[in-house]
Amino acid sequence: MSDWLNPDDLTALWLTLRLAAVTTVVLLILGTPLAWWLARTRCRIKLLIESVVALPLVLPPTVLGFYVLLMLGPEGPIQSLGGPALAFTFTGLVIGSVLYSLPFVVQPLQNAFSAVSNDLLEAAAALRARPWDRFVSIVLPLSLRGFLTATTLGFAHTVGEFGVVLMIGGNIPGETQVVSIAIYDHVEAVDYQSAHTLSALLLGLSFVLLLLLYMINGRFKMGASNA
Amino acid sequence: MIEVDFYLQREDFTLQLASTLPGRGVTALFGRSGCGKTTLLRCIAGLERQVRGHLHVQGEVWQDEKQFRKPEQRPIGYVFQEGRLFPHLNVQRNLEYGLRRIPLTERQIKPADVVELLGLGELTRRLPAELSGGQRQRVAIGRALLTSPKVLLMDEPLAALDAISKAEIMPYLERLHGELDIPLLLVSHSLEEVSRLADYMLLLDAGRLQAAGPLQEMLTRPDLPLAHSANASAILETTVVEHGEDQMSVLACAGGHRLLISRENIQTGQPVRVRILARDVAIALQPPLESSVNNCLPVVIAEISDDPHPGHRLLRLDLEGQILLSRITRRSCERLALEPGKAVYALIKGITLE
Repeated sequence: MSDWLNPDDLTALWLTLRLAAVTTVVLLILGTPLAWWLARTRCRIKLLIESVVALPLVLPPTVLGFYVLLMLGPEGPIQSLGGPALAFTFTGLVIGSVLYSLPFVVQPLQNAFSAVSNDLLEAAAALRARPWDRFVSIVLPLSLRGFLTATTLGFAHTVGEFGVVLMIGGNIPGETQVVSIAIYDHVEAVDYQSAHTLSALLLGLSFVLLLLLYMINGRFKMGASNA
Repeated sequence: MIEVDFYLQREDFTLQLASTLPGRGVTALFGRSGCGKTTLLRCIAGLERQVRGHLHVQGEVWQDEKQFRKPEQRPIGYVFQEGRLFPHLNVQRNLEYGLRRIPLTERQIKPADVVELLGLGELTRRLPAELSGGQRQRVAIGRALLTSPKVLLMDEPLAALDAISKAEIMPYLERLHGELDIPLLLVSHSLEEVSRLADYMLLLDAGRLQAAGPLQEMLTRPDLPLAHSANASAILETTVVEHGEDQMSVLACAGGHRLLISRENIQTGQPVRVRILARDVAIALQPPLESSVNNCLPVVIAEISDDPHPGHRLLRLDLEGQILLSRITRRSCERLALEPGKAVYALIKGITLE
């Protein structure tokens, strides 16, 4: 592989995959309770939260990145409260990516959870299942497709991130330089050959991920009619 | 014994009701749709969090001012109108869902027995989507039974089914009634279903208790609408005495009186419940000597009341403590000079085996 991919690009690729994986895991952990709450609550502030979650869909990533930078920077609330300096670090990137990909994980989960009828949960309660048990034994299996979609979209969207990273990560090889930025660098340096290799890789990866998603979803058609 | 005292306020509906239900047999919660019978059942199950009041079941407190047991903490078996099987689990796993969640020591009803009782043997590997309505409802009943509940709650288990599925599931419900000693609360708006299955009845109207009592009494009380409905009927508990060679069977009812019915699939010695429509009972002062009517019972007129049709009268007849209804014309009533206390003969033209 190193014949046609220089070590720096390999590092960037590895960093990108790590960033996407960590971000997806964090998003699933945070997004599941949030999506569950959004799917079940009748509270009025639900609309407010839903709009905030959807913001990254319409905002230019640079706007999002700019505010995350301010938040993480030396003058920002985190550092003034004695927190660590997170701008231009991998952790900072994860924070930015989590915000950036939030709707891609929360919305599929929320849709899946909404489709699980309360009637089934009542039936489970009448059969002695406690709330957590009901979630694990009824909601999770009936929302499998939602989780699959959320995971794939969260991962793929983070891989394709550019603006947010540029704002809060800069371009530090091995720490914050992801593939999309490396491609940009290659183009700036008129090294079209390297830009081509990386771009084709990213294109292929994204395509395969989505293809897999649609194939698996197609196979779980029955689950959809249940959900 | 099940003692309820509930108050539930909703925007367009109030349930306010206190009563004591028997701790055994089948109790029907009966009334028009919207009268609150399903809500009452949900309150007993703990599915209505807003309800205030008390609930004591077989001596245990399920709800009072201080505590409210959640549904999962109540030893109930709930059969919903639409079954509510878990679509991602096959029949076997659906049946075991509740069973796995109760302690070993409380598992009194065995899966094999339930599978046998409800005829589920063929179905265990199937998914709910592959079952007919009647099969689904049988699985739902089995699933509820396997939690070895102290009370079985059924919300119109037959309502969503067509006539064929109903006929298919009814015998199972009757076996349940006969073979298990679990009190069953049955929500129903079908008088036929109730008179087949129930022993006791709560009559609800607009969220309140209109009347409660043993089924036979409730069906025949002239102050309640049931005795005045088009299909008003009385039920008699009888025993099969013998089968004749002419394809007729002899039943014995209260006081040793005999009833003759067309032979059906029943065994000698078996207790059977028969239903006699008020419009199928005629009155005679003397036993008719030449008549096609086989069943002629000596009764005493207990009460005469008006019927919705101004030309009709409803008679309540005492047969050694059991009650029969007879709907006759006002004209006949006057012609025969019928009055309470008079001994007459009830000519029964139709008897339905339940």
